[in-house]
Amino acid sequence: MIAAKVQDAFSFRVSHIDRSSRFGLVFWALLLILLAAAPFWGDRQTMRLLGEIYSYIALASLWNLLAGYAGLVSIGQQVFVGLGGYVLYVGALAGGLPPLLCVPLGGLLCGVLAVPVVLVLFRLRGAYFTIGTWVLAEVFVQVFQQVKAVGGGSGISLPAVVVKSIAQSRDGREFLIYWLFLALVVAVIGLIVTILRTRYGLALTAIRDNEMAAKSNGIDVNRTRLIVFVAAAFANGMAGALIFLQKLSITPFSAFSINDWTMNVIFITVIGGIGRVEGPILGAVIFFVLREFLADYGSAYLIVLGVIAIVVMLKARRGLWGYVADRYGWQLFPLARRLERTRIVPDAAAAAATIEAH
Amino acid sequence: MEWVNIIFQGVLLGGLYALFAAGLSLIFGVMRLVNIAHGDLIVAFAYMAYFVMAALHIGPFTSLAVIVPAAALIGYGLQRGLLNWTLGEELPPLLVTIGLSVIIQNLLLVFFTFDTHRLHAGDIEIASVQFLPDLSVGVLPLIQFAVAVAIIAGLQIVFYRTALGRAFRATSDDPVVAQLMGLETRHIFAMAMALSLAVVAVAGVFIAIRTDFNPFYGPQLLIFGFEAIIIGGLGSLWGTLAGGILLGIAQALGGQFNVGWPFLAGHVVFLAVLIVRPQGLFPKVAL
Repeated sequence: MIAAKVQDAFSFRVSHIDRSSRFGLVFWALLLILLAAAPFWGDRQTMRLLGEIYSYIALASLWNLLAGYAGLVSIGQQVFVGLGGYVLYVGALAGGLPPLLCVPLGGLLCGVLAVPVVLVLFRLRGAYFTIGTWVLAEVFVQVFQQVKAVGGGSGISLPAVVVKSIAQSRDGREFLIYWLFLALVVAVIGLIVTILRTRYGLALTAIRDNEMAAKSNGIDVNRTRLIVFVAAAFANGMAGALIFLQKLSITPFSAFSINDWTMNVIFITVIGGIGRVEGPILGAVIFFVLREFLADYGSAYLIVLGVIAIVVMLKARRGLWGYVADRYGWQLFPLARRLERTRIVPDAAAAAATIEAH
Repeated sequence: MEWVNIIFQGVLLGGLYALFAAGLSLIFGVMRLVNIAHGDLIVAFAYMAYFVMAALHIGPFTSLAVIVPAAALIGYGLQRGLLNWTLGEELPPLLVTIGLSVIIQNLLLVFFTFDTHRLHAGDIEIASVQFLPDLSVGVLPLIQFAVAVAIIAGLQIVFYRTALGRAFRATSDDPVVAQLMGLETRHIFAMAMALSLAVVAVAGVFIAIRTDFNPFYGPQLLIFGFEAIIIGGLGSLWGTLAGGILLGIAQALGGQFNVGWPFLAGHVVFLAVLIVRPQGLFPKVAL
């Protein structure tokens, strides 16, 4: 009897993938091929719009990582967007560096700066952390207005020589910047999905669902938050450098704009689905559809977005994608963790005994 | 004597900041809600005063008789109709008030354009009192400071000497137990918001007499109020008054060194307090 039981022993394996995420992966792959080929089927305006959408998906995904998973609601992420932009301009103009090299450099500086920022702002809890991040961003606006070397309040532009150093032809530049935006958003989402599949991701998801319970299970909440905040600052800085590389000019107000780089990003994330990787993607699509349709009515789209965001917060707190995901169990990225029973072949029993920690 | 003058101006301005902060601090104390739309409501009430003044041909001080009750009603309605439904978790109230803030700003923009407005109070704006041979202070800032201190004192009395204040404190300590004791927390929350917005309305009219305002002026006011709270220490109204005054002095001194520095100086003081003494200068509850 006992021998038979050993024969029938089961082991468990954690599986991320299921049918919907298998479909999702195929969907993303096809979409990526289609979008990567945009220079061959789209005109200049389409590509610019797509590039802008990618940058917003990247920013919203990062904000979602902070607010949706780590519980850090920041309304000061424009600090890193603007700083990344300024690093590019200063590096290219004063340092004579190739602009494309300045993009990761901008990210690096933001990542480094994020450490002291965290040490100060983590002293504030919850909503007070939120306004603290905002005060910090205000400091940057005020300081950059005073710095004559970067043009003060009127800002600086990228001269033609620097612009041409990226690529000689205008088409070449536009294509390159488009692909860089696409690469950025793929890298950001890819990285987030990868992180979420590791034990840090499990820690983050635990913090998202219940901070107290996460702590009592031995998760170092502050350390996890610090890592996430620094990583997001790094990526935000790169995004900012790219965004202002395309804009060709930068001022303290455009660089550290709370409306452009934070409020819109919050709407995108909240409407699409906070705490879901798919959320910001869906949210960005809704945001840009609304903006394009209501383009003739000035800032009306912001009022509509505000109303939608409030309704979503009241009626479906996990956003539109969260609603769908909760109801049908869909996921377009292989993120869920399911225990699968696998039969053990006696020889392999020892190897399978160590159940993966994640 | 010039410096005494500047510091005096800073103190008087600080009283106004404390008034912004008092409304913010009140609702945070009672229901742990940080109202991101606080500054935008201040501006909205300033616009309301502008039109009430024009319609009824009255001055800004008289307009308070209309604006303050209206603000309290709006506050009660806003809390019962919307904000009560967001309480409980940390994210929803924050995100809903962010949405509210953007909606208010853009509605004001649609109706009133980007033009700046100002409330005119007449001769009192230029009247001043000579305290010392070299120290003269405007009557208007002096009145505003006195009213701000009086309102904060009034809030203190409401909080610690009245049945409503007891209900506020009980709900703040434990909403569930407060409800078990027969308090209707939804009503208490709405009363707190009504009181907060009544204070905010006074602050809105006062600041609009002093400076030009436009639809996007609100966030700045929210930041000043928030800084006053943190500098002074959470949970103490007198601390908030002290925080507002310190902020006002910092801004006045900063502005003396460089025209671009007043706000920066205020932010620096705020960050310095955060680093050196994160619980604030006169805290009542641990942060």
